[in-house]
Amino acid sequence: MTFFLIVTLVKIALVFGVFMTTLAYLQWVERKVLAHIQSRTGPLRVGPHGLLQPLADVFKLLTKEDLVPPHASRFFYLLAPFLAVSLALVSIAIIPFGPEVPVPGGKTFMEVGGLNVGILFILAIGAVGVYGIALAGWSSNNKYSLMGGLRSSAQMISYELPFTLVIVSPLLLANTLSLRGIADAQAGYYFDVIPRWNIFQMPFPQIFGFLIFMIAGFAETNRIPFDLPEAENELVAGFHTEYSSMKFACFFMAEYANMVTIACVATTLFLGGWHPLFPAPYSNWVPTLVLLGAAALLFMQGNKIGRKGDHITFPLFGIAALLLALVFAIPFLHTYLVPVFWFAAKAGFLLFVYIWIRGTLPRFRYDQLMHFAWTFLFPCALANLLLTALMVAVFPDQK
Amino acid sequence: MDSILFIIAAISAVGCGLNLVLQKHPISSALSLIGVMSSLALLYLLLGAEFIAMAQMIVYGGAVMVLFIFVIMLLNAGTEKRSEKSLFAQIAGFPLLAVLVVLLSFLIRQTFPSATSEVKFGYWVGGTAEAIGMRLFTRFLLPFEVISVLILIAILGAVVLARKEID
Repeated sequence: MTFFLIVTLVKIALVFGVFMTTLAYLQWVERKVLAHIQSRTGPLRVGPHGLLQPLADVFKLLTKEDLVPPHASRFFYLLAPFLAVSLALVSIAIIPFGPEVPVPGGKTFMEVGGLNVGILFILAIGAVGVYGIALAGWSSNNKYSLMGGLRSSAQMISYELPFTLVIVSPLLLANTLSLRGIADAQAGYYFDVIPRWNIFQMPFPQIFGFLIFMIAGFAETNRIPFDLPEAENELVAGFHTEYSSMKFACFFMAEYANMVTIACVATTLFLGGWHPLFPAPYSNWVPTLVLLGAAALLFMQGNKIGRKGDHITFPLFGIAALLLALVFAIPFLHTYLVPVFWFAAKAGFLLFVYIWIRGTLPRFRYDQLMHFAWTFLFPCALANLLLTALMVAVFPDQK
Repeated sequence: MDSILFIIAAISAVGCGLNLVLQKHPISSALSLIGVMSSLALLYLLLGAEFIAMAQMIVYGGAVMVLFIFVIMLLNAGTEKRSEKSLFAQIAGFPLLAVLVVLLSFLIRQTFPSATSEVKFGYWVGGTAEAIGMRLFTRFLLPFEVISVLILIAILGAVVLARKEID
């Protein structure tokens, strides 16, 4: 009992710390990547390469004036951001980041809390998550906020359908509702080369399923090209027009937390969770190689003629990458770090795709958004589900 | 531990239920209803019915209540006006309520005589998705399929009503 308690507390602290840091720096990464897509430099002033910008933003938001509009329904106005952020932060608790690992005094799973019905829990939290936005829009007593809230409710109800339908296909392939079970079912390789991730899994590879999931995920998290609830040129700032200070930061954090959750769920359901791209003997050294490459690149950049200070900061980051590479090279730590590396690499790539698409695609019109969901995405998800079910029924031993 | 959680969930369910009736604004009532649904889901979870608990949250806490809130927001329904109390409700309200409660508890005791024994939390294992799926597709196949036909009829009705201006 004490062992369980201590291990769980340590895991909660670890996951919470890493999750919060990711949320803060995801915003920095987003601004940087967007800037480079648009030939700008992005945040640069606070700290080297703007690395302290998230901290500065937090202080700015904390010290801003916190006002409640006089005509707002006060209770719901204050409840909405709390609801949004707390629901958005819950789902990460059941994501499995790695296999069962030995710890001093026993063994434990690399997740905060496993659930037999994990995927249903994610869906339940997603279904309740819309209240934060809807309430914020309604309680602000502002026509733009109300429009934003209504749009978001309609959009999330519509995209919940393809989202849920497409989740069923990996469940059929893995024959379980638990996220850990789904990730475990994707271990191994075809011909020792192709990983048995669900996007390659026989009898029916889930490539279309993955694409539909990602598209619906964009809509569920209100990201461009589906960010109609906060379309600036139509609705000022949508449902959070009337929010300032920390309450605005709550919505901001909820959006990023939802992004991270969707990326983690997509990784678990379709990209094999923590299972590496190559068979284990080689894949254990991939993190070291990647980090060594990054270090070499940073040292080379430091040698070039650049901005003032780059001669110091780039080699410093290079040394940090080198140290990390050494940590990843210790065979004793492979059991813990390599699965986390692969999981983070896949989830990080999906997050990059989120930002990439934000820098590339324009926003949909509202009727196009609804039309797309009901007449294209929904039938596609249904067809994908029927085909998967048929193939699983016809070739039950191919799994 | 289980009893403490049960008491918390039960109090929250009853409290939200009372709040649902007493609140004057539709949005407050709808949110209280969500509270009732969530507390019930917690109670199901305590009893070991994990699938039902999650289904409760997804279907009732999520889908159904989002539609409720959506409609209330769309119509922008205001605070309810207090109507003139009818004499019948004033005099016979609480006695009738008491009679109803007594009747219900009597019926429950009659139908489930064994239910007086102590409730054990977490020892029941029939609540997994597999067990429920097995039951639905073997013993309760006919009601399950009949309900799907019923829902199909409702959907068709909605489509017919929505399309009426076309022909």
